[in-house]
Amino acid sequence: MIRRLWKFNGGVHLPGHKEESTHHPVRRAPLPKRLILPLHQHIGESAEAVVKVGDQVLKGQMIAHAKGFVSAPIHAPSSGVVVETGDLPVPHPSGLSAPCIVIETDGADQWAPLQTHGDYMQLDPSALRNIIREAGIVGLGGAGFPSFIKLNPGPGKVVNTLILNGVECEPYITCDDMLMREHAPDIIAGLRIIRHALHARECIVALEDNKPDAYAAMCAAAAGTDIQVVQVPTIYPAGGEKQLVKVLTGMEVPGNGLPIHIGVVCQNVATAAAVYRAVEYGEPLISRYMTITGGNISQPRNLEVLIGTPVKDLLDECGWNPGTLERLLMGGPMMGFALPGDGVPVIKTTNCILAMTAADSQPQRPVMPCIRCGACADACPVNLLPQQLYWHAHAKDLDKVQEYNLFDCIECGCCSYVCPSNIPLVHYYRYAKTEIWAKEREKQKAEAARLRYEFRLQRIEREKTERAAKHTQKKEELTAAPIDPSDTKKAAIVAAMERAQAKREEIKGGE
Amino acid sequence: MQLKTPSSPHAHMPASVSTVMLRVVYALIPGLAAYIWFFGWGVVINILFAVVVALGCEAAMLAMRDKPLKPFLTDGSALVTAVLLAISIPPLSPWWITLIGTAFAIIVAKQLYGGLGYNTFNPAMVGYVLLLISFPLEMTSWQAPLMLITQHSLGFLDTLHIIFGSGLPDGLRLDALTTATPLDTLKTQIKLDHSVYDIISTAPIFGHFGGKGGEWISAGFLLGGLWLLYKRVINWHIPVAMIGGLLGMALIFFIINPASYPSPLFHLFSGATLLGAFFIATDPVTAPASTRGRLLYGALIGVLVYVIRTWGGYPDAVAFAVLLMNLATPTIDYYIHSRVFGHGAKRKD
Repeated sequence: MIRRLWKFNGGVHLPGHKEESTHHPVRRAPLPKRLILPLHQHIGESAEAVVKVGDQVLKGQMIAHAKGFVSAPIHAPSSGVVVETGDLPVPHPSGLSAPCIVIETDGADQWAPLQTHGDYMQLDPSALRNIIREAGIVGLGGAGFPSFIKLNPGPGKVVNTLILNGVECEPYITCDDMLMREHAPDIIAGLRIIRHALHARECIVALEDNKPDAYAAMCAAAAGTDIQVVQVPTIYPAGGEKQLVKVLTGMEVPGNGLPIHIGVVCQNVATAAAVYRAVEYGEPLISRYMTITGGNISQPRNLEVLIGTPVKDLLDECGWNPGTLERLLMGGPMMGFALPGDGVPVIKTTNCILAMTAADSQPQRPVMPCIRCGACADACPVNLLPQQLYWHAHAKDLDKVQEYNLFDCIECGCCSYVCPSNIPLVHYYRYAKTEIWAKEREKQKAEAARLRYEFRLQRIEREKTERAAKHTQKKEELTAAPIDPSDTKKAAIVAAMERAQAKREEIKGGE
Repeated sequence: MQLKTPSSPHAHMPASVSTVMLRVVYALIPGLAAYIWFFGWGVVINILFAVVVALGCEAAMLAMRDKPLKPFLTDGSALVTAVLLAISIPPLSPWWITLIGTAFAIIVAKQLYGGLGYNTFNPAMVGYVLLLISFPLEMTSWQAPLMLITQHSLGFLDTLHIIFGSGLPDGLRLDALTTATPLDTLKTQIKLDHSVYDIISTAPIFGHFGGKGGEWISAGFLLGGLWLLYKRVINWHIPVAMIGGLLGMALIFFIINPASYPSPLFHLFSGATLLGAFFIATDPVTAPASTRGRLLYGALIGVLVYVIRTWGGYPDAVAFAVLLMNLATPTIDYYIHSRVFGHGAKRKD
């Protein structure tokens, strides 16, 4: 069946560099000596450690539990001993350190007892969501949003279309491609579980038309079902959630909304496979497919990697040359971030380690003034005016950048890629966003302080008037009612005696 | 190990500002070749001289403004300005015409406004208009196409002598070399109540559907312009809208009264229409940023070209029309934006 497809504005055609890493079947990366598990591998609150130094852990055992609603637990990827907890360098654009659990593996790779759940069709959606939550599954496409939340459309929301995103549009990355080639049935099984949880009406598996092998595998796995496998034109960033929804349905996700607002849910193909493993075998998310590639790597390929494996182990496995390493990226060249070194571990959202030589990354050219050529606007998949955003971000006019919809920017990098003046546009947008967030926080703080201050003033004022009122009242009482003091005293004594009597009787009555 | 951590994206297209500018120059080649074929060495000398002046002025201004010389001298923008201005100047103009125009374009219209990317007006057109209103005689002494100059052949040295001030060769008067341009001829003759058809069929300056020679030069610029479109150096919006605006106006009046108003085809291949549509109005620095803004900008340039050609004081109008619309660019940019993804109308198509 040929499905009608739509187009989004702009996008760029990038050199793919995909063949390099698809020559070999995926194999398991060797068990590393140390596994470093950051507690924050997803969007939302950090997980909270439930093990301490010296604890023995088994493969698949939960070592940190989800804290708060938007959070995900973390499991030991292999058996061993917890040797360290504390702040270590983590893969994050900020380059900062964050709390981690370090496990020294014992080589036995011994599983903890896994709980299976029988036929998922008999489970109701909330039970399924719970299994997925407990398995620590987050969006494996890159964002790392806890998956169980996306499987809860909320009351009154109908899911018309469930999209499984296999559009791996970033250059170099092929892990989803390889997963689809090798584990298409798992992905389709996962899709059916997700569909069951969402009661989705139609299911689409989307992938780009540059992956014929994966397409064939997915078609074969989906044969005999009503699941549509759709090839979309290869253009970056067709794999962006909002872009893909547009391509497949013609609908646009509202500016500050989510796909669910228009009855669509998107999940990554690797997430679906992980959901299948969790529901069918009770396996938590402890490993994933990952592409190790780039000009610096002698045998670029995909590996099944345990979460927490240090990047250096993977580079060693695939052969690299530290001497010519120019840039080490986690993720693709368009949206990935540069790592300061090879000591950090890979996390749940890591899809690619890209080791670039000087030849891979374009030589740094001087930044020239904007010539207003508009190539950026032509390339912007969100139809923003990157030039105007740049001017206003440059001028630190934070109100204006928001007027020009800065927060609709998905930081795909198309504008920077095409800019003939070599202006790091995305860098400016990130800067403006950070500034605005900082301002907001400042404002909230100031607002809270102001409220506190006003409240205090009010309280002081109130206490003052109250005191004054009491004072005058007392004064009035003293001056205006000079009744015989013995009378009042007597009356008080009588009243007290009556009360005491009543109480006694009450106690007696109670016994 | 400590690696650099620049922010994403980590890939970049190979094109740079100089690539863009050089492509514009390459695209001028077919038109220029025709120009040289029909008008001789003067064109070449003017262009080379203008380029030298432009780069000299650019370097001097950059030095005064404490800007790095190399990236800005090699960006090709001064080159484009120089070539466009030299094309617009009559091929036998004295050297100081080229000097004043180019220097003014680079120093005042470009560098004093802040250099590359900051100029409000198209520098080449500012230079041209300055010359046109300051030296009307020199600027309207257009050399006739070579095939119309029968008494003399204008060799390289002759041309060099004429341009650099040692006067005309013996026995040659400027009148013999120059002639009114087709647009000018038409304008004066229509005022004398001649019909367009009579004028075009009798005056030797006219060719098949434009000026003699000029029509082929225009065709050359069209060819180069199409290549620029193909290479995505420019978008179709401004050229199409400008040509559309001009042809629309021309068609209306041509239908009303073909005796007094020349045909749309004549307008298309005369004067600087096609040069303007593909090479001048498309200057990104001075044009609006949004697609719809560009359509409006182009269309209004086309309308203005027709209005000025037909009822204005100067026969050729592209420079004035472009400069007037440069003035409107900030306003257009302020009011016309593209619809942001996910905002406003939810369209299915």
